[in-house]
Amino acid sequence: MRRTAEAPAEEPRTVSGHDRPPDRATTVEVVGVGHAFGALAVIDRLDLGVGAGEVVGLVGPSGCGKSTLLELVAGLLEPDGGSVRVGGQGAAPERLARCAYMPQRDLLLPWLSAIDNAALGPRNRGASRADARRAAAPLFERFGLGGFERSRPSELSGGMRQRVAFLRTLLAGKPVLLLDEPFASLDAITRAEMQEWLAAAIAAQARSVLMVSHDVEEVLYLCDRVVVLSPRPARAVAELRAPAPRARPRDETVAATDFGAVRERALRALREGAR
Amino acid sequence: MRRFLPPALVVVALIGLWQVAARWDWIADALQIEPFLVPAPSDVADALWNDRALLADNAWVTIQEVLLGFALAAVCGFAFAVALHLSDLLRRAFYPLLLASQTVPVIAIAPILVVWLGFGIGPKLVIIALVCFFPITVNTLDGLRSVDPELPRMLRTLDASRAQTLRRVEVPSALPFLLSGAKIAAVVSVIGAVFGEWSGADQGLGHLILVAQGQVQTARVFAAVVVLSLIALALFGALTLLERRIAWWRPARPRTG
Repeated sequence: MRRTAEAPAEEPRTVSGHDRPPDRATTVEVVGVGHAFGALAVIDRLDLGVGAGEVVGLVGPSGCGKSTLLELVAGLLEPDGGSVRVGGQGAAPERLARCAYMPQRDLLLPWLSAIDNAALGPRNRGASRADARRAAAPLFERFGLGGFERSRPSELSGGMRQRVAFLRTLLAGKPVLLLDEPFASLDAITRAEMQEWLAAAIAAQARSVLMVSHDVEEVLYLCDRVVVLSPRPARAVAELRAPAPRARPRDETVAATDFGAVRERALRALREGAR
Repeated sequence: MRRFLPPALVVVALIGLWQVAARWDWIADALQIEPFLVPAPSDVADALWNDRALLADNAWVTIQEVLLGFALAAVCGFAFAVALHLSDLLRRAFYPLLLASQTVPVIAIAPILVVWLGFGIGPKLVIIALVCFFPITVNTLDGLRSVDPELPRMLRTLDASRAQTLRRVEVPSALPFLLSGAKIAAVVSVIGAVFGEWSGADQGLGHLILVAQGQVQTARVFAAVVVLSLIALALFGALTLLERRIAWWRPARPRTG
């Protein structure tokens, strides 16, 4: 059974002060949004919603405006037209306050240890270095980074850097997670491992997630619902429900026949959207 | 150690040639070298040893001027660079002036500074700071402006204020640039000290050079020059060590996947 927004299957766990269960305040609403950079239209009258506690994936061809859409939701950009609301609030500072954004590159600061990188959010909110590390330490243990707290980013593998970047996003302590191609830079094996890792990490969190990818299989495996976008300017051309509940072993999930069927539908939508 | 071998060999070879040219009478005669005008390296070495107390006393004065002037330039240069970085208006207003200020020949305004500030350490500090200020400010500003633009955006999504972004991302990113500028400044700081002392001083290595020149004690002049070079090299070396210690992330490390 798919879990619904009102009744999360997992006990909502808290990371940094978010002890409320997900409610209406965690919802992303994108209505009729258009955006252009100069004469280049990147998004065209796009509608999109993310329910509380829901994990939504966006797939589309490269350069179709997926990252721009995340930046619009995050409050880093203002749309040219339409409205973006997060938790019912439309102003950019309100969106920034509610969204944690994980960019494509890990963007770890090379002069900080892994744990200090992960704890940047609490530090910025005024926590002392020791308190911020105390908040981050249990996540390092839980998400397979135990023992690497003091490592410099240059000493970590690509997959581990990506995990640290994800923990940094979690520790931002926001109800909405925006993930921009979280594993685009990893090799296929690491990528499959990280997808499983992320599925478990998201399942352990009571957050709404909007993630972007150009990999259909990745989003179908990780998300409840997948929206297929057309090439630039991006429109929603199809919407698909993921065939299996989240956070199951990856191999089993992607090998199932119904998974293959949905993947084919998504790929067909991508191809048709490109015409 | 292997890195220092080639320059050391070149220095030894040049000093050897110089010694031979100055000491072998037939070469000295052919080149019309007068011993009192061109001392042999061995004479300079003698002067370094015999005048060691005199050189040390004056070197101490010059070292104080250089360190204080350099510190003044580093503090002001860093603060100025941050101010120009934070304000577009300030940058547009002052950056051209900063460049123009470099075209002012310091040696020409040094006597005026002495008139204004007296014969104490004041004008020396100002002159040294003037020569050091530019490389430090311009490099720091370049560093602050060359921060990966995605980093401040990421920091914004992590609730960072402008000051926090500056402290956590921009200043650390600019640190290697600041130190590059400081290394250039270290080398020229000694030149500033000599100009300052030539314009009015009763002690310091620059002053010693003036006096020794007047007395045609060329070996002592060269000895003072050697000490000045060593001061500049020591400051440069100290900054290089500091750079390795606090700005170690710049050397491109192989990124292992």
